[in-house]
Amino acid sequence: MAVSLKRTEGLTDKPFHYCPGCTHGVIHRLVAETLVELGVLERTVGICPVGCAVFAYDYFNCDMIEAAHGRAPAVATGVKRALPDRVVFTYQGDGDLAAIGTAEIIHAASRGERITTIFVNNAVYGMTGGQMAPTTLLGQKTTTTPFGRRAADAGFPLKVAEMLSVVEGSVYVSRVAVNSPKNILRAKKAVRRAFEIQVQGLGFTFVEVLSTCPTNWGLSPPEAMRWLEKNMIPVYPLGEFKVPEVE
Amino acid sequence: MDKILMKGNEAFGEGAVRAGCRLFFGYPITPQSELPHYLARRLPEVGGVYLQAESEVAAINMVYGAAAAGARVMTSSSSPGISLMQEGISYIAGAELPAVIINIMRGGPGLGNIAPSQSDYFQAVKGGGHGDYKLPVLAPSSVQEIIDLVGLAFELADKYRNPVMVVGDGVLGQMMEPVKLGPVPEVVLPPKAWATTGTAGRRTRNIINSLYIEPEELEKVNLRLQAKYREMEREEKRWEEYRLDGAALILVSFGMVARIAKAVVDKLRAAGIPAGLIRPITLYPFPDIPLTTAAETAKAFLVVEMNAGQMVEDVRLAVSSRRPVHFHGRTGGMLTTVAEVTATAREIWEVAE
Repeated sequence: MAVSLKRTEGLTDKPFHYCPGCTHGVIHRLVAETLVELGVLERTVGICPVGCAVFAYDYFNCDMIEAAHGRAPAVATGVKRALPDRVVFTYQGDGDLAAIGTAEIIHAASRGERITTIFVNNAVYGMTGGQMAPTTLLGQKTTTTPFGRRAADAGFPLKVAEMLSVVEGSVYVSRVAVNSPKNILRAKKAVRRAFEIQVQGLGFTFVEVLSTCPTNWGLSPPEAMRWLEKNMIPVYPLGEFKVPEVE
Repeated sequence: MDKILMKGNEAFGEGAVRAGCRLFFGYPITPQSELPHYLARRLPEVGGVYLQAESEVAAINMVYGAAAAGARVMTSSSSPGISLMQEGISYIAGAELPAVIINIMRGGPGLGNIAPSQSDYFQAVKGGGHGDYKLPVLAPSSVQEIIDLVGLAFELADKYRNPVMVVGDGVLGQMMEPVKLGPVPEVVLPPKAWATTGTAGRRTRNIINSLYIEPEELEKVNLRLQAKYREMEREEKRWEEYRLDGAALILVSFGMVARIAKAVVDKLRAAGIPAGLIRPITLYPFPDIPLTTAAETAKAFLVVEMNAGQMVEDVRLAVSSRRPVHFHGRTGGMLTTVAEVTATAREIWEVAE
């Protein structure tokens, strides 16, 4: 019997440490499959964040660097400038990228660094215990907004894809979700397109992925998928915000 | 070989180019500006990369990335900027990456001023960031020595897989002196099998990391780092001795201040006072050897610094209370003078003799 689906060579055999129902595993697989399909796995260097994906260097089957919190785009810049013919990506969560690392992501995009950033937005800090993230929705309860996030004292959800799409150095900016098979297939296309554009050397590429956190949302995995659909997508609309003029 | 006139800050840049450094990441700050100005012109000439980062925090993390990729890489800043880099320096030390950091020290604390100072001694030699780590710290006292010590800094960084800091001050950075350069040497970089360059041609993946979640594992890493620092302490102490023959009053100074101290020694000798100077070239590892030896015969020590007395603690440790260790210093960007130090030395000598 022919094998129709198997573990991608882009991932190691190490079991994920992620919580049940978390979609980090799906997103890891989409990135890893893409690197294999494009034939670039052996010349790829990935940069991990601080947050739930801090151990991603155990999972991606390529050379990996662990960065300080929020600094992955700066580290990626250093790698890419030293080795311009390598494929370089950062994998970052919403605390890492949208809070402590806002300067690094904006300026990496502004310089048009030929890197790809995968931005996992689950509207909460996972690793540290469910605190409010910059992307937490208004009214959303977290351990540091126990009565729900109020704009008056905790500000508004930060829309990173929209923000980066107006930065001149970025060439591909997309937002996808991984809450349904249909959306996962679309997400794969976006991830693949981002890496293809990096290989072409056109500029900075960015894919925001709406992800679930059943543990910190206090929901079952199926409920979390529905919560994402119902509450996150209206605030964070899916689609391509910026595409290159010529590919 | 012809000599050319060169500014200290520019010499840091040229020294790096001659050591095979082809990547520089930095953020503007006074009084080190001529260094990035120089490299912004010079690095493209040799096929290198000059990149102005959005902050010192980003700059040091770009250094981390380029070092992880196996490149010889440098950054430079001045005191407040170096404070911002401390997180990154700790990560570079923890991940055991080679990199060179230049600190042209200015008056502090806080925003302080842009005048020359040596007040980052503690920060440089005792670690600086979080965690139990050390980095070799070199202190040139002339423009020629800047060129030589920047070369040494890159060698030590690669030898120990460790960040290395070279410290100067605004005077050293701004002054011009003749230097011998000669042709740019061909630098053969040592192989870096650990670098994250992509797995092509390799059986195993390389991972650059300073995260060890199991305490047992992290303790082993720390013990390995400490063994490395002990090796540095055995192998890398460097210092200059000046007129130590029969010296009974020993001055101890580093960097620019050592030049003032030399003039003081000459003046005291001319007046019949047997003074000498020990100038630490490595601030870490601290050259305690000549101090311990001198403590056997000398009558007193005088440490002169442009700070409130930071190196004096290391001198006292080396002298182990066998002789009095005095201190003379100026702070806030004030320079000490030959007359001022000579007067202090004479007072000490009158009591000690």
